[in-house]
Amino acid sequence: MSALPLRWGLLAAAAGGALGTLARGALAEALPPSATGGFPWTVLVVNVTGSVLLASLALLAAARARPWLAVFLGTGVCGGFTTMSTASVDTVRLLHDGRLLAGAAYAGGTLAGALLGVWLLLRLAGRRQRRVADEGGDL
Amino acid sequence: MSTTTLLLLTLAGGAGSALRYAAGRALDRGWHVGTLLVNLVGSALLGGLSAAASPTLVAVLGVGLCGGLTTYSAFAVQSVEQGPRRGAAYVVVTIAGCLCAAAAGWLVASAA
Repeated sequence: MSALPLRWGLLAAAAGGALGTLARGALAEALPPSATGGFPWTVLVVNVTGSVLLASLALLAAARARPWLAVFLGTGVCGGFTTMSTASVDTVRLLHDGRLLAGAAYAGGTLAGALLGVWLLLRLAGRRQRRVADEGGDL
Repeated sequence: MSTTTLLLLTLAGGAGSALRYAAGRALDRGWHVGTLLVNLVGSALLGGLSAAASPTLVAVLGVGLCGGLTTYSAFAVQSVEQGPRRGAAYVVVTIAGCLCAAAAGWLVASAA
């Protein structure tokens, strides 16, 4: 990543981040918590999906070969798509409303889903890498 | 949401993401200090906006700027890649820190 000049990195992150943010903004607008049973399902699914997508970039040879593409798709699209700020504020909102179980389920569910998804993806990527290496091929 | 608001939200998300990239590039060494920092700052800012700002401002600066500035995906991947011990510490510091930051931002803005 450091081989990429700063200005190209900033540009790739901004372009990808704008796309990711637009996608999240449109989804959040179409499916606010009030439309999903009062529970912020949309942002939960966005955060878990985006985390798994970022991990899956490890499987994408094109992204490994091109630092700007990794920044565009990873830091930009996946980073802009997912959000820690909304996850935190929505949790605080649920707790503030006295919905302790929902708050805990939201924070814990997002965390467990994202970590488990990423862990499985990275294991898969590692196994594939070893298999290709055993066969003496290039990724 | 109007088209103008959606456009501004998109641009703000791009700006937030560029800031996050710069912070990560400058500060993420052994520990992901840059990513942690943007997540804390973005959570505090969104907490404040949620308590005090208009819906349009929340959409542009909250969903756009704060959403682009903060990230769950990098946090999740970094947590897993650091292994059980450091990863667990990173998870606890990030989640607890961001919840406290969001609550603090909310309280400060509500009081002001």
